Amino acid sequence: MTATTTTTSKALSFDGIGMTFPDGTEALRDVSFSVDRGEFVTIVGPSGCGKSTLLKIASGLLENTEGTVSVDRERIGYVFQDATLLHWRTIQRNVELFAELHGIAKDERRRLAKDAIDMVGLNGFENHYPKSLSGGMKMRASLARTLTLQPPVFLFDEPFGAVDEITREHLNEETQQLFQREGFAGLFITHSIGEAVFMSTRVLVMSARPGQIVAEFDVPFEYPRKPELRFDAAFAALSGKVSAELRGAHS
Amino acid sequence: MSLQESAETGAIESPFVGGADPSTMNAGSMRLKSRGRVAAETILPPFVMGVIFISFWYAVSYGVLDERRRFLLRPPHQVLEVGFLDWNNFSEILNGLLSSTKVAMIGLSISIMIGFFLATLMSQAKVVERAIFPFMVTLQAIPILAIVPLISFWWGTGQRSRVVVCIIISLFPIIVNTLFGLQSAERGMHDLFTLHQASRVTRLRKLMFPAALPAIFAGLRISAGLSVIGAIVGDFFFGLGDVGIGQLLRKYANNLWGEQLLAAVIMSSALGVTVFLIFGWIQNMAIGKWHDTAGGGA
Repeated sequence: MTATTTTTSKALSFDGIGMTFPDGTEALRDVSFSVDRGEFVTIVGPSGCGKSTLLKIASGLLENTEGTVSVDRERIGYVFQDATLLHWRTIQRNVELFAELHGIAKDERRRLAKDAIDMVGLNGFENHYPKSLSGGMKMRASLARTLTLQPPVFLFDEPFGAVDEITREHLNEETQQLFQREGFAGLFITHSIGEAVFMSTRVLVMSARPGQIVAEFDVPFEYPRKPELRFDAAFAALSGKVSAELRGAHS
Repeated sequence: MSLQESAETGAIESPFVGGADPSTMNAGSMRLKSRGRVAAETILPPFVMGVIFISFWYAVSYGVLDERRRFLLRPPHQVLEVGFLDWNNFSEILNGLLSSTKVAMIGLSISIMIGFFLATLMSQAKVVERAIFPFMVTLQAIPILAIVPLISFWWGTGQRSRVVVCIIISLFPIIVNTLFGLQSAERGMHDLFTLHQASRVTRLRKLMFPAALPAIFAGLRISAGLSVIGAIVGDFFFGLGDVGIGQLLRKYANNLWGEQLLAAVIMSSALGVTVFLIFGWIQNMAIGKWHDTAGGGA
């Protein structure tokens, strides 16, 4: 079965996705779900269950061996685990990169980069090189770079895993604000249940390899979500349920 | 609080690693040590070493060698007087050095062009790398002495052959370092370019080549030094045309002119060090702003 790339009513949809690597490792089995614009879906699951593989399939970096992916790959946003900033470019030039690769004229890409830099609060750091920024600031620059193309679909591959807890919470709040403002279809990968519940409209739990969706939770909290939500009883209850499913998925 | 607000109110984290501006950190640490102490710590060790070296030199010249055998190692002040302060001798050394520098720079320039071309070619396909690389290793392993007859047979005994020796000696580090550099861009960065359908040329120009610059400069610094050695070695074997420093070294040694011989050796080393420093400076100018080890060792 081959993957297809089409535009459907859903911004991103997986239908019966399976992935077996050439060495025989089965990473994913029969994964089906979709994400529409205005939805923020987070996948939690044990390490090595195929979460990142699924994002790579969605973006076209990997080709699935089973099932069909429907997405407009021309304008997909992908934020990696690492900020993947080019060390030799200033923040301004890094943020301009995608627009540059898409052949957008210099003036226009400068404007897009400026807007994106404003949006993530990096004003004043345009001429800094990545080596002088902290992990959190680098992730902001990475987000800004992706925002320049105003992608309707945003893939996040555990982007805040390497930053400290407080910075992570800040970034969660800021990503949530971006989601509200831009209304993209977001697919987010994380190991943190709190992060998943705080940001998402829906949380999917994936089993150990081969990864399958074993549980799905709608998150009922209104946006914008305040940091205090993390201490709410309903938030704790939902996190507990996701955690219980995740423990089951591990076993 | 919006993103903009958080930036304006300063609620975002410090952008700098460890929460401090690097320029401020430098200023702070500089304040801890006085400027004089820093200068002393930088200058004193090589100065003391130099004094020890010159003392040892005098000790050997006057203590170990008797008058009859002192031509083997003339004392420093005689080398200075005859080799450097006698303008006739010194200008001869300078002219030889200029000729060798010219040969070294021509050889190095050709090595850079060939090296970049082959490394770029090899970086584009593993099969090309597998085809070319063993021959490069072989070329590197051939002792120059073994192919001297062949070089003179093909290119004569003049400047052209000296340039060929330079190329053979300096090519390998450029190829190896450039290839290593071109292959050093992280997987995630390549994924970015793949996601945005970047062409092969765009990927090379905007990702692989800039990522390779630190390694390229490391290779250039090594090869620049080797090209000077190549020019001098080439001079020894191929003496037709301009007199290079290698030919002068041979002349001084044959005539037992120890002062000029040592002066020529010192000037040859100075040339090697100067070329190394110039490439270090260029490296610092080119990549110092974003690369941590720029300006440090190769």
